[in-house]
Amino acid sequence: MQPHASALTTPTRELAPLTLAALVDACADALAAGSRIVTLYGRRAASGVVVTAVVQSAASGLRLLRATAGDGAHYPSLTARFPAAQMFERELWEQTGLVPDGHPWLKPVRFEGARQQRMAEYPFFTVRGQDVHEVGVGPVHAGVIEPGHFRFMCHGERVQHLEIQLGYQHRGVESLLLARPPHAATSLVESIAGDTSIAYAWGWCAAVEALAGVTLAPGVERVRGVALELERIAMHLVALTGLATDIAFLQGGTTYGRLRTAIINATMRVCGSRFGRGWLRPGGVRHAIDDERRRDLLDTLAAFSKDLAEVDALMLASRSVRSRFTGTGIVTPQAARDLGLVGLAARASGVATDARTDLPGRLHSEHPVELLTEDAGDCQARLQLRMREIGASVQWLRRVLESPAAELADDRLVAPGALRPDMLCVTVREGFRGPVVQALETGADGRLVHCKLQDPSMQNWFGLALAVRDNEISDFPICNKSFDLSYCGNDL
Amino acid sequence: MNAQPFAALAVVHVAIVLAMPVLMIGLVNRTKSWWGGRRGPGLLQSGWDLLRLLRKRSVVSTVTTPLFRAGAWVVLAASVLAAQVAPVLGPFAPIAFAHDFIVLAYTLGLARLFLMLSALDVGSAFEGMGGAREASFTTFIEPALFLLIGTALVGTGETSFAGLVGHWHASPAFAWLAPPAVLVLFVLLQAEAARVPVDDPATHLELTMIHEVMVLDHSGPELAAMQYAAAIKMTMYAGLIAALLNPFDVFAAPLPAIAATLAIMAAVAVAVGCVESLTARLRMRLVPGYLALATALAALGLLAAASLA
Repeated sequence: MQPHASALTTPTRELAPLTLAALVDACADALAAGSRIVTLYGRRAASGVVVTAVVQSAASGLRLLRATAGDGAHYPSLTARFPAAQMFERELWEQTGLVPDGHPWLKPVRFEGARQQRMAEYPFFTVRGQDVHEVGVGPVHAGVIEPGHFRFMCHGERVQHLEIQLGYQHRGVESLLLARPPHAATSLVESIAGDTSIAYAWGWCAAVEALAGVTLAPGVERVRGVALELERIAMHLVALTGLATDIAFLQGGTTYGRLRTAIINATMRVCGSRFGRGWLRPGGVRHAIDDERRRDLLDTLAAFSKDLAEVDALMLASRSVRSRFTGTGIVTPQAARDLGLVGLAARASGVATDARTDLPGRLHSEHPVELLTEDAGDCQARLQLRMREIGASVQWLRRVLESPAAELADDRLVAPGALRPDMLCVTVREGFRGPVVQALETGADGRLVHCKLQDPSMQNWFGLALAVRDNEISDFPICNKSFDLSYCGNDL
Repeated sequence: MNAQPFAALAVVHVAIVLAMPVLMIGLVNRTKSWWGGRRGPGLLQSGWDLLRLLRKRSVVSTVTTPLFRAGAWVVLAASVLAAQVAPVLGPFAPIAFAHDFIVLAYTLGLARLFLMLSALDVGSAFEGMGGAREASFTTFIEPALFLLIGTALVGTGETSFAGLVGHWHASPAFAWLAPPAVLVLFVLLQAEAARVPVDDPATHLELTMIHEVMVLDHSGPELAAMQYAAAIKMTMYAGLIAALLNPFDVFAAPLPAIAATLAIMAAVAVAVGCVESLTARLRMRLVPGYLALATALAALGLLAAASLA
């Protein structure tokens, strides 16, 4: 069987538009058959609203569905049947005004557009009772982190319900990207979520190249794959540092932090930026991995692995650490599937999903990645999965970098040329949090008419809210850190 | 006792309890840095931090009452007073009289009360939670202190706190009772001075704090007072351990006794730093159990002392 591609490019004229209700039914059938919804979004057009759904099944990979609807149309909510669609329908409602009838939690995702100044009106769920008290945290936090508001409804120290209100970082990225030529927009794409620069940049470059109809040498994908795994290792180490610091486990906190520096500095020696900015561009990569850099990366990884194994063992062996993480912030496999969690958070709850294995494309068919999962769904599971994923990424990097047959691209860029008109390209790249989805659509003149970005955080924030239920409020920080979600990735 | 040696010892005692807090914090932080593979800040850094805070102006929320600012100074005054009742050098304290340990316990209680009141005065959900935690955990600390005093009372027959602690080593069962007594005092230190595994003075996470969250809204000189008071409490408990274990008679050989006290206090600071480096913080739900363990240990000590006497 041909491996599923990590991108799907279709001429939009070939998509037969359905009615909105038919699209929802088709999504429901796919979900009932075990598929996942990758994204569901809409854009305003002259004739109303154009809705696009992308479903992904194990058998046939990505599939596109398209519908058109009039402005302000109502349709039977998919969320009522499948909660996994809740975030998509809320975003669709916020961005296009289509109303999902029967949606149980129809609240703004990020207060974009005209609503931006009305964040104080957020309709919080309230728990009433004599001993119930509310604790509001943020949007301004102690420490240098992003803004977001967390409202806890507590009974004593126990959290009954947590509601997370985001949108404070909304910058209008999707429309900003339409305002400049797509070939020159990568630097902006890299800053959508600063810690996921490479996953975003790769998805963007792949989409632009697909829309232009160019195919690049396999060496380009290998370098991009190397960049992606370096980013995964570095950012998993950020979460591990945070987890250790939050429970005051000093040695973990200092060592993981130091190890992360080793990795991001190695990235910098290749491309000049510790976060890989400016490395990937449409048409190739701007910095090659020559023999000298290959050796440098391999040496760095060898030294890194030795220290990492030591500090991992220290964390896993410490009973005081295990006592904090085990049984804290549980998301059951059922809940993870129902909510449509993605990426690491889903895998830690036993849901076997990883874009690198589900949609391997050419690169990950040639150099496969092991699909790792944990069953417990608690903070310990997410901690251990991060450790194991770092190990797997190191193995993968070594295999690619050590293999003499695996040719790596040089730094010559192939100009992709103009984009083909009336095309839609969806790319899925597994960043360290989960799949980064980007959908780019061109109009009749070959210019972009729509640009849809989707960070895995958008679906996973709700998982965090669920994980905290019935936990102590003092354990919220470690639950939060174990998910390690992005605010700006959600807010766009 | 003659007035002259008393005055001299009192000056030494006061100097120790006022200067050692800065050094103790410095030693704890240096120990943690060492375990973390770093050089760490200078030993006097917390002193410089206090001076910096003293030079700042405080920012006070408009919803607070004068109690908020007054609270910090009451906490500091009560902590300083308590540190004059608690012995450091052996069977000596500047303030000592029959049953003065009641004064000690409730001067500390007064400090805690004003800490909680000034926290509640801000009206924030965080500080309310911190106050509630402090109040409930205290319930588990106080019995431990009194049971420990009872144990010493059985062994020595002394009535002042300094005498109880300083003369305990003369009692026949001391060799058996000293290790649990030191352990109990060590746990009390961790609880009163807000150290790992009970609390984490280094965290920025409001939801997990106990002591730190109650001083979140304090700034400038008031914050300095609160931080200094917490350090004094740590010094006081370390001093109690030093007075308990000091092998020299402070009246016969004052200089060796002073040196031994300083060395023991430094060792306690290093021990605090080691615990903070090698273990994670306890889950909040398990903190009462940890503190109750100290109480149980002290109760066992009392039973043992009573049956041995």
